[in-house]
Amino acid sequence: MMGRLPAWADVVLIPLMSIIAAFGISALVILYIGENPWEALKLMVDGALGSAYGWGYTLYYATNFMFTGLAVSIAFRASLFNIGGEGQAMLGGLGVAVVALALPWPHWTLALPAAMLGAIVFGAAWAAIPAWLQARRGSHIVITTMMFNFIGAALLNYVLVNILRPAGSMDPATARFPKGAHLPTLHDLPLIGSYFDKNTPANITLFVALAACVAVWYLLFRSRLGYAIRAFGKSESAAVYAGISPFRITMYVMLLSGGLSGMMAINNVMGEAERLVLNAVEGAGFIGIAVALMGRNHPFGVFLAALLFGFLYQGGAELGLWTTIPIELRTVVQALVILFTGALDNMMRMLVERIFALGHRRRAA
Amino acid sequence: MQANKDISIRVMPGTIHGIIGENGAGKSTLMSILYGFYRADAGEIFIRGKPTIIHDSQAAIRAGIGMVFQHFKLVQNFTVLENVILGVEEGMLLHPSLARARVALAQLAEEYALEVDPDALIEELSVGQLQRVEILKALYRHAEVLILDEPTGVLTPDEADHLFRILGNLREQGKTIILITHKLREIMEITDTVSVMRRGEMTATVKTSETSPEALAELMVGRKVLLDVTKGPANPGANVLEVENLRVIDADGVERVKGISFAIRAGEIFGIAGVSGNGQSELLKVLGGFQKATGTVRINGQEIDLSGHHSDGQTRRARGIAHVPEDRQHLGLIMDFTAWENLIFGYHNAPEYQSNALLMDNAGIIAEAARKLERFDVRPPSPMLPAKSFSGGNQQKLVLAREIERNPDLLLVGQPTRGVDIGAIEFIHKQIIALRDAGKAVLLVSVELDEILSMSDRIAVMFDGRIMGERDPEKTDQRELGLLMAGVGTEAA
Repeated sequence: MMGRLPAWADVVLIPLMSIIAAFGISALVILYIGENPWEALKLMVDGALGSAYGWGYTLYYATNFMFTGLAVSIAFRASLFNIGGEGQAMLGGLGVAVVALALPWPHWTLALPAAMLGAIVFGAAWAAIPAWLQARRGSHIVITTMMFNFIGAALLNYVLVNILRPAGSMDPATARFPKGAHLPTLHDLPLIGSYFDKNTPANITLFVALAACVAVWYLLFRSRLGYAIRAFGKSESAAVYAGISPFRITMYVMLLSGGLSGMMAINNVMGEAERLVLNAVEGAGFIGIAVALMGRNHPFGVFLAALLFGFLYQGGAELGLWTTIPIELRTVVQALVILFTGALDNMMRMLVERIFALGHRRRAA
Repeated sequence: MQANKDISIRVMPGTIHGIIGENGAGKSTLMSILYGFYRADAGEIFIRGKPTIIHDSQAAIRAGIGMVFQHFKLVQNFTVLENVILGVEEGMLLHPSLARARVALAQLAEEYALEVDPDALIEELSVGQLQRVEILKALYRHAEVLILDEPTGVLTPDEADHLFRILGNLREQGKTIILITHKLREIMEITDTVSVMRRGEMTATVKTSETSPEALAELMVGRKVLLDVTKGPANPGANVLEVENLRVIDADGVERVKGISFAIRAGEIFGIAGVSGNGQSELLKVLGGFQKATGTVRINGQEIDLSGHHSDGQTRRARGIAHVPEDRQHLGLIMDFTAWENLIFGYHNAPEYQSNALLMDNAGIIAEAARKLERFDVRPPSPMLPAKSFSGGNQQKLVLAREIERNPDLLLVGQPTRGVDIGAIEFIHKQIIALRDAGKAVLLVSVELDEILSMSDRIAVMFDGRIMGERDPEKTDQRELGLLMAGVGTEAA
């Protein structure tokens, strides 16, 4: 075995090098299509971080990614690869819509907890079926959660077109949520409101996401259930020896994971659109996988990675707006970041380990 | 880390050269270098005086070095003959190679008394025969030097004797044999010369006839070691565990345990001897709560559920059963978890480990873990280290500390000293005996006959899922137990 790395190298250095490598190759791609990569980077940073408007969007996207990233992480901790975040977030949206439209909500402080509950229940329910199939029937959760994304999309389509669409509307979407279900945007808040633009969608859900990061940390590292989840994830045979039920852990973890994915709908459905449309999730469920990978399945890492991906998402959109660089380049950059932080993580790790081993040998000699 | 430091070893042709050392002493690394799996950072290998570079296993074979691994590398659904020629087939067609090998094998079998049916399928052969196939493979490749890595670990005493006769024949025919083992008795019985390794260094090379087991043990560990277990007479009390007509059918539908009955009293160690794979593991799993079974099991007179919802590790622990499993790396420990996390594994729901309804009392657990590490002499005594960074012996002490400190009525112990260094063996045995003397019942399963004989107050031998008989350790010996382990016995229980 190669020499072990200090914690800071593992947590900071390797992801940082991965990102730099990803940006390096992205720069080559931009050069190839005849644009100036330096200008493009400036534009991205400016667009995502340079204004109250950009900030607002970056944080809005980051909020989505925090939920889906946490959802993937918590399942990963139990060695379950939940790639159904997309579908679970879709269903979460349905839960939010059902709750928001059910009553003429007097105030958001009442509507928010109720909508959260709706999002959690619907998201968790959508994860529960693949979880049960895995735990009882041995159907692989990667396959089933993936398929449930498609089933979820079809189901949502049906419900929007046939049930929730207001009479006379041509649009497969629900009616606008009642005024009382409107969540305050960051601009509406006292003290920090002046830093955010009126027209940005970032809203109070950001704080729910931050609280979720903290709660997941406590759950994983301070609670009995978290202990059992991590034990099961590291070694199923040992977990069985200890009397930890694989069935129960699989169910609990997937319910938690689906619930977290569903919570994303608070942000995009209730906070931004204020009605449920067809493609509300916009791939955030899949980006959650990259966020979890990059964040090392740690809630704090997920928080940082979500910010990075929020930046990429917003900055990439700006690129498409102001240059001849197509907006698809955003996808290229994201894909490269995912490739380097996820798939090529071991390559970077080996490189860093070799460098460290060299340093050790020199010191020893 | 340096796994081998400045090692010089000279093996004379036509001798059996033993290499002995604790786990992690560097024996396997050294042999892997000789066989071309690793490359040494410095140093040279000479074969018959010629410097030889061995950069892969093909080069090793060309240099006349053959290796018999601890875990056999044979293709299950091939015949013996097909396995022997695997990798050295010549030409487009298989038939000429097979015919040539058949003749060569017959010759080898005659020369060295290595008889194996060349047309038998590998999956039909016993472990002892498989090992002979491995030796034949090496000889067929014209090996002059044969390296055997812990060859007797999987054999019955009878099969081990047979192996030693074969090795004796090979030596007479001028072959050179390097025998890696941690069993002092084997070294004394068969080797001509013995080299001792400790922490990557060769601490001594001596003629076997001029040394003693005690002296070798001291060289291995670096201090005087008590080889014999000292224990007083047992004071057995009431029955703690009663097992009646226990049957286990595994997931493949194979009956692993075929109706066994026994009882263990408070204050005694009940040893189960047997070659691994004869139902002992399943017995431990049933009692530990993670294998379904039929029959009756009573603990302190109360029946326990063998197949229902209340049959898991948690309910077993609640009934006072602690379990040191056979496979500590896959069952007993989570290798990536820290020592303190491992020290509550299985007991993590206990009320004393919680600080409130939601959160665990991590600080308290860590403080208690530090005390346990101290008491069980785990080195290094740091609760924050992951289990995988401890040596085999210290990992086993982690498991023992966890299980014994819960003060169970019944302790299940499987292979307590497998892969454990001599220094730690002494400590582990003492702890188990101390538990017995505190009036607890102990079920000891081990494939090491010495261990069973020296530790147990009563011995049962398992073969093919049955108990072949029960013996008093004072009135039996290796030979008699060995016969029972091979299924030769009169009284099947």
